[in-house]
Amino acid sequence: MNEMPNFEQAKTMTESKISAKKVQVYYGDTHAIKDVDIEIQPRSVTAFIGPSGCGKSTFLRTLNRMNDTIDICRVEGSIKIDGENIYDPKVDPVQLRAKVGMVFQKPNPFPKSIYDNIAYGPRIHGLARSKSELDEIVASSLQKAGLWEEVKNRLDEPGTGMSGGQQQRLCIARAIAVSPEVILMDEPCSALDPIATAKVEELIDELRENFTIVIVTHSMQQAARVSQRTAFFHLGILVEEGLTQDIFTNPKDKRTQDYITGRFG
Amino acid sequence: MTDTTLTPPSGKTSAPAPNRITSILELDPLTRKRNAAEARFKLYGIIAIGIGLFFLIALLWAILSNGLGAFSQTFIKVDVPLNQEQIAAAEKSVVKTSKYRAIIVDAFARELAGDKITTDMSAKDMEKLFSSGAAATVRDYVLANPDKIGSTVTFDLIASSRVDGYLKGRVKREDLAEDKNLDAAHLDLADQMQSAGLLEKRFNWAFITGTDASDSRPEQAGIGASMIGSLFMMLVVLFLSLPIGVAASIYLEEFAPQNKFTDLIEVNISNLAAVPSIVFGILGLAVFIQFMHLPQSAPLVGGLVLSLMTLPTIIISTRASLKAVPPSIRDAALGIGASKMQSIFHHVLPLAMPGILTGTIIGLAQALGETAPLLLIGMVGFIASNFPDGVAAGFFSPNSAMPAQIYEWAKRADPAFYERAWGGIIVLLVFLMTMNIIAIILRRRFERRW
Repeated sequence: MNEMPNFEQAKTMTESKISAKKVQVYYGDTHAIKDVDIEIQPRSVTAFIGPSGCGKSTFLRTLNRMNDTIDICRVEGSIKIDGENIYDPKVDPVQLRAKVGMVFQKPNPFPKSIYDNIAYGPRIHGLARSKSELDEIVASSLQKAGLWEEVKNRLDEPGTGMSGGQQQRLCIARAIAVSPEVILMDEPCSALDPIATAKVEELIDELRENFTIVIVTHSMQQAARVSQRTAFFHLGILVEEGLTQDIFTNPKDKRTQDYITGRFG
Repeated sequence: MTDTTLTPPSGKTSAPAPNRITSILELDPLTRKRNAAEARFKLYGIIAIGIGLFFLIALLWAILSNGLGAFSQTFIKVDVPLNQEQIAAAEKSVVKTSKYRAIIVDAFARELAGDKITTDMSAKDMEKLFSSGAAATVRDYVLANPDKIGSTVTFDLIASSRVDGYLKGRVKREDLAEDKNLDAAHLDLADQMQSAGLLEKRFNWAFITGTDASDSRPEQAGIGASMIGSLFMMLVVLFLSLPIGVAASIYLEEFAPQNKFTDLIEVNISNLAAVPSIVFGILGLAVFIQFMHLPQSAPLVGGLVLSLMTLPTIIISTRASLKAVPPSIRDAALGIGASKMQSIFHHVLPLAMPGILTGTIIGLAQALGETAPLLLIGMVGFIASNFPDGVAAGFFSPNSAMPAQIYEWAKRADPAFYERAWGGIIVLLVFLMTMNIIAIILRRRFERRW
């Protein structure tokens, strides 16, 4: 919408939203993420790139503790969001995930109506006190996701009946509806055609105004298009992190250069 | 020639390998062989299905041809004058119904004379045309309507199983030599009565609503009481095994840690599904009756035993359908901050519902047809009276169950009971079919498009 970034926000720009220190992730005996240190800036898009199996998705999922659902997964080190360690025993992952939303690789709307898909989050978190408030949240979430015009007349139709790109934007709207501060996106466009991809990328660019976005992508072009900062992962190690244009035009590490020039990956 | 195999190929042998035919318009031998194997396999499949269908049709034919007879019943129309003195005398005697029988035979003999049917049959022999329950019918009527005493009332009295069987074609004249209760005169009389319109074959409601009857009165036996018994048991099974089974599966599938202990439980549940049902019967006898002192023959105990049997089926199918829900749905719910329980109850369970229902109905159907464990806990109560408000009315009162009742009838000597047994099977199958239809309807309702 037309919220202008005010002075307050400008000041917090300098502090990082997410700060990870010496993060280790183990799957059983496998050491999947080694010593990752990264600072993620608020109200910007950070892209994680790297070859398959490099740990970028794994690291993304540690940011909202989605890895907790995997029994054998173990996380060490500290990850702070707004200065609070999310792996503190006092933290309830459910509450964390309301603050750090997630969009997945494959569009996964609930097999319910479009309205219920969006309304589910606000309902379980008690964000709306009345039906009209809920309606408002649904409408504004769909507007922010750029889906309102397409679906406003068929809110009671199943969300699973839409096209893939629409479904993915519905999932983004669903994530927005609980007003998170951070949105994690795990290869959100890998199942979409180029036109739908362009729409989602456009949307990501707009959302940056209000949310901190971390996106994992296989496509270097996509990272270059949507992100302000890029982190390159390789074999569980964060090889290089910096401004996107620097990573793509002037990488410091040989491995980064090899990857972005297509020598491996 | 030398004995070496390394002779350089001559012009002929350098042609392509014998199996290879260059044109694709020609089938090479290997392809031909493969096609033949495929055709053979298809044929085996068709034969297998054919055999299955043949036996299914044979079964249905046998059930229907043997069992449909149980659904109709022959009645004899008799105008019985309810004479004041005769009834008073009957009520004073020790065996009251025998006097009523005499009244009926009297009236019947008069009626035959009126219809100009002559017979030299004795009154004793004439009695054999009627069910021994006929006298009770008249007496019950008199007791219920004392104001009718003195008038003549037309009764439709149940014919004996022999007359009934003769009309249905089960009893034949050739069989008379082996039957002490019947001679040719009875059948001649039955023929004459039929042409005079005194015999009537009607739909046999008493078979569906009635109770079991003693060995000498197969024409009065019905499956109603045991139907109630089965219904009570199914209710117990449904309300015990569905919630316990679903809760156990949700815990095992979604919450339980993966370790040796849960593996052990898993293996044991699978094994339990294969345990012979009679083992559950003896377990029920030991635990529910001998240890907990629950009443014998009660539908509650039967239901408990059958619940034990049904639980593994429900747990296995519920776990399978929970597993079949795509993990992306769980992720979606967790990703917007639903708790684990919310994600399961709001999203996973509704999607697994069709599968859970199917498993439950299969389990219930199995339980409905189970006989062996019921024999061990005494669910073969002989319920012949006081129905529906007496002994068979509750979860704690003795009762029988449909399969146990069928088994009982099949054991009895009189061929008329044989017909009842087949008829009971028809009722059982209708019950099962109804349950399946309900399951399909529920499944349709719960099924969602992806």
